[in-house]
Amino acid sequence: MSWPLLRQFGRDRLALGEAAQSARTAAIEPRTATADRVVRSICPYCAVGCGQKAYVKDGKVVHVEGDPDSPISRGRLCPKGSATRTLSQSPLREYKVKYRRPYGTAWEELDLDTAVDMIADRVIATRAQTWEAADDKGQPLNRTMGIASLGGATLDNEENYLMKKLYTALGVVQVENQARI
Amino acid sequence: MPGLGASFGRGGATTFQQDLQNADCIVIMGSNMAENHPVGFQWVMEARERGAEVIHVDPRFTRTSAMATQHVRIRPGTDIAFLGGIINYILTHERWFDEYVKAYTNASAIIDERFRDTDDLDGLFSGFVEEKDSYDLASWQYEDLSLKGSAGRRMGSAASGNKEATHPLSPREQAAQKRLLEHGEPPHYDPTLQHPRCVFQLLKKHYARYTPEMVERICGTPREQLVRVAEALCANSGRERTSAFCYSVGWTQHTVGVQYIRAASIVQLLLGNIGRPGGGILALRGHASIQGSTDIPTLYELLPGYIPMPQAEHVDMKTFLEKSMPKHGLWTHMDAYMISLMKAWFGENASAASDWCFNYLPRITGNHSTFPSIMGMLLGDVKGFFVVGENPAVGSPNSSLHRRAMANLDWLVVRDFFEIESAAFWYDSPEIETGKLRAQDVKTEIFFLPAADHLQKQGSFTNTQRLLQWHHQAVEPEGDCRSELWFYYHLGKRIREKLRDSAEPRDGALRDLTWEYTTLGEIEEPDAHAVLREINGWGMDGKALGTYLKLKPDGSTACGCWIYCGVFENEQNHAARRKPGSEQSWVAPEWGWAWPMNRRILYNRASADPSGEPWSERKRYVWWDAEKRTWSGEDVPDFIADKAPDYVPPDGAKGDAALDGQSPFILQGDGKGWLFAPDGLVDGPFPTHYEPEESPIRNVLYERQSNPVRERWESANNPYHPAPGKPGAAVFPYVSTSYRLTEHHTAGGMSRNVPHLSELQPEMFCEVSPELAAERGLENGGWATIVSARTAIEARVLVTERIPDYVIDGAPTHVVGLPYHWGSRGISTGDSVNDLWSISVDPNVHIQETKASSCDVRAGRRPRGKALTALVNDYRRRAGLPVEE
Repeated sequence: MSWPLLRQFGRDRLALGEAAQSARTAAIEPRTATADRVVRSICPYCAVGCGQKAYVKDGKVVHVEGDPDSPISRGRLCPKGSATRTLSQSPLREYKVKYRRPYGTAWEELDLDTAVDMIADRVIATRAQTWEAADDKGQPLNRTMGIASLGGATLDNEENYLMKKLYTALGVVQVENQARI
Repeated sequence: MPGLGASFGRGGATTFQQDLQNADCIVIMGSNMAENHPVGFQWVMEARERGAEVIHVDPRFTRTSAMATQHVRIRPGTDIAFLGGIINYILTHERWFDEYVKAYTNASAIIDERFRDTDDLDGLFSGFVEEKDSYDLASWQYEDLSLKGSAGRRMGSAASGNKEATHPLSPREQAAQKRLLEHGEPPHYDPTLQHPRCVFQLLKKHYARYTPEMVERICGTPREQLVRVAEALCANSGRERTSAFCYSVGWTQHTVGVQYIRAASIVQLLLGNIGRPGGGILALRGHASIQGSTDIPTLYELLPGYIPMPQAEHVDMKTFLEKSMPKHGLWTHMDAYMISLMKAWFGENASAASDWCFNYLPRITGNHSTFPSIMGMLLGDVKGFFVVGENPAVGSPNSSLHRRAMANLDWLVVRDFFEIESAAFWYDSPEIETGKLRAQDVKTEIFFLPAADHLQKQGSFTNTQRLLQWHHQAVEPEGDCRSELWFYYHLGKRIREKLRDSAEPRDGALRDLTWEYTTLGEIEEPDAHAVLREINGWGMDGKALGTYLKLKPDGSTACGCWIYCGVFENEQNHAARRKPGSEQSWVAPEWGWAWPMNRRILYNRASADPSGEPWSERKRYVWWDAEKRTWSGEDVPDFIADKAPDYVPPDGAKGDAALDGQSPFILQGDGKGWLFAPDGLVDGPFPTHYEPEESPIRNVLYERQSNPVRERWESANNPYHPAPGKPGAAVFPYVSTSYRLTEHHTAGGMSRNVPHLSELQPEMFCEVSPELAAERGLENGGWATIVSARTAIEARVLVTERIPDYVIDGAPTHVVGLPYHWGSRGISTGDSVNDLWSISVDPNVHIQETKASSCDVRAGRRPRGKALTALVNDYRRRAGLPVEE
């Protein structure tokens, strides 16, 4: 009686229950049941703002599903939202800083601390080189037109806040994001 | 969006997704909601289950159309003509909601006698200044009011809107309005709506030509279909019933995009559908926090909370406030918002003695949006560039120009999960393939820094209905992956350390900046709660404030973004509230936190009649409780809580007090919904049909082919197709349009690198009708090459009747449909549609036109290498355009 088709002649004629089970399927548990904890999140794709529950086991996200408590999404996710775990764990995900020197033909390695330090130096130098203290009428400008920034629509509010705050203090005015594009 | 802002006062979705279930009729236009906002679409389905009419007006038959009760086809780029047809129907058949129109709109206002309409001037409104390609708005004003210095606003900070943003009118726009409307109402009006120069009569005249026959000529929509839609809307509006509109970037990405939304606003005001349950206009935005990125703007012309960036002429705080701060309404407290912002940013250093550190702020002097920045890179003026969670090498129109601009930088920082095209363009791009760029010649120094994703950090997103929702951190980021919060905090810290001893005046702002945040864990991640608390603000006692009404202009309060004040009330993170929807009313006010003041439907005073009673039991929402002398209802009333419906402003009243008890649009100078926009828009007080920048069709309404004040950058790198009737126009005979697919996300960074999504939607394709396939020898499953004056791309061919042909003014017209997600990187790769488009943008918001253009299509794959350049040059030659080396 191990052949599912034969089992289907018994009580489970539509093969929606025991007839479709095997020893293996009987032994497995849903990832939601074995997770250590559940973390409430929000889908990172479009602006519907679906609720998500991320199941974590051994410090790793093992499953992401819709949050039935959300009055907006009521537990549903679309194909993109359902792919959230694979977004986070895609084999193409980058984990290391990459550096390409001027006229270089290949990426090089660079540690994160050095990269941040080098970027800080570039910002300081470009800013000094392109600083506009005042216009030709003597009105203050206090800015650099030598630096621009693009991004923000997928970021957290807190991140956009620190970006705008820092850029403004740096005198960078060419700050833009997807909202325009 | 200024389209909504100019009509109603605030620029955003007037309602929220769940409210769609209350609609009796829903019109979805400029959006494929079922495929691009599938989970939000459940509320449309709820309405349909309850018997609502669902109408999808779209060039393609999509899954949204399949779920609709009516699909109505329309040629891309002609929605204003269609909506104008609806306005015409409402007016000629006397179907407007008379009480609502008379009480809540500016229908009765009398307009300046110098005003001339497009019918009088063959496609121009009065005030056009030929040499500037812009309008002087003086003749569009209410009679006996004048507006100073409005011409030339387009290059400045006035157009503070954008495609995806919700925001109130900028203070400058408000200031202009308030100069107009010192007494809270226009000086002359005719309550009978009969005066030939009252808004209502002008509206009738303007749309008189938009008959069903004319709509059919322009849009290719059979006239009886237009009538059916108009009739459905009329039948489902009024006291007992309401209709809603949903739109997305199918409306905004046009050279006249803002006016698309204005046209829908006019329909909704005439039918009395704003501020009422099941009504409204819902803007559907495409990124998790695109609303938030405008509220707390990574945009050049704004400071947090839609405070304008200072301009050069603002030499000190006093001048800035004088020039920017209106005399009425919420913005009369801009000094409090602004000084509280300076306290949040500069702490103790911001004081009356230091002029609140105003002089630390950089000044804007024109349009510093992304397209001028790109031009600056090409010229070598812009030397350093941060690209943060965006992919302009695929996502921006005429992407080649953007890639070449990035190849001309001194340095570039790209922060993303994946090595996207914008990081790899120097060795992997169409320019490398055609030999226009060689890696060894590209001088740009590039830093690619891997980013943490939303599961690896905590913070808040603001969704399409202005709702802040907190995502908690699930796991630590791996390797070098870091949040933007980490990156900008540590970058700022590093720069401040390096400049600590600097005596340069320019470094004062950095030195005096408040930049101390608690950090968490080994990687020293700044605590996002601390940042949200700063955004919320605190009072003298250091405690988090509960409302922006408590902000003061004396330095005793600090607040990073006044419209978000209240999100951290009582030291609680309200964005993280998660009371289950099943345990609350359908409005669910205890899930997350919405600005302003947790309101879910804006202008909800209009859900009651002028006397304060609900229009009907069926559409009860917010009403005047005469016993308690307060407004109450399902939502936070969008009105002064105790202002009675019979309130009449005394002489000399200011601010909110200047508006009477029957004016629901409290951010408007006159408190009314604007059928006619005397101010706030640079391209006309009424929407009118123009053809797209590139269209194979003549404008049948006027001699003016396209929006006369659209912004263009004509150059050898950005040539435009000849207009119809000009030599070479026939070289690009087909209409092209672009769109998204369910399984992909914008420029593909977050989907083409994801195995499941790439498997579900593996390849770039184009959609063509069987007729076009026959005309060009295209085979289903085969290849096609799509050609514009910028480049040629290839795509698999999907021959399908779901993209119909149109008969426009008697001539058959074919449309080519193009999903735009692809690029050369990731698991699923393909040619990029944005390479085809030109840069030609809306003058109000600087958004490009990528939803309607023209092209040619040929069978087979595109040529490679230099042969591709040769093919495009052949087209350019035939079209009379300059060829490329």
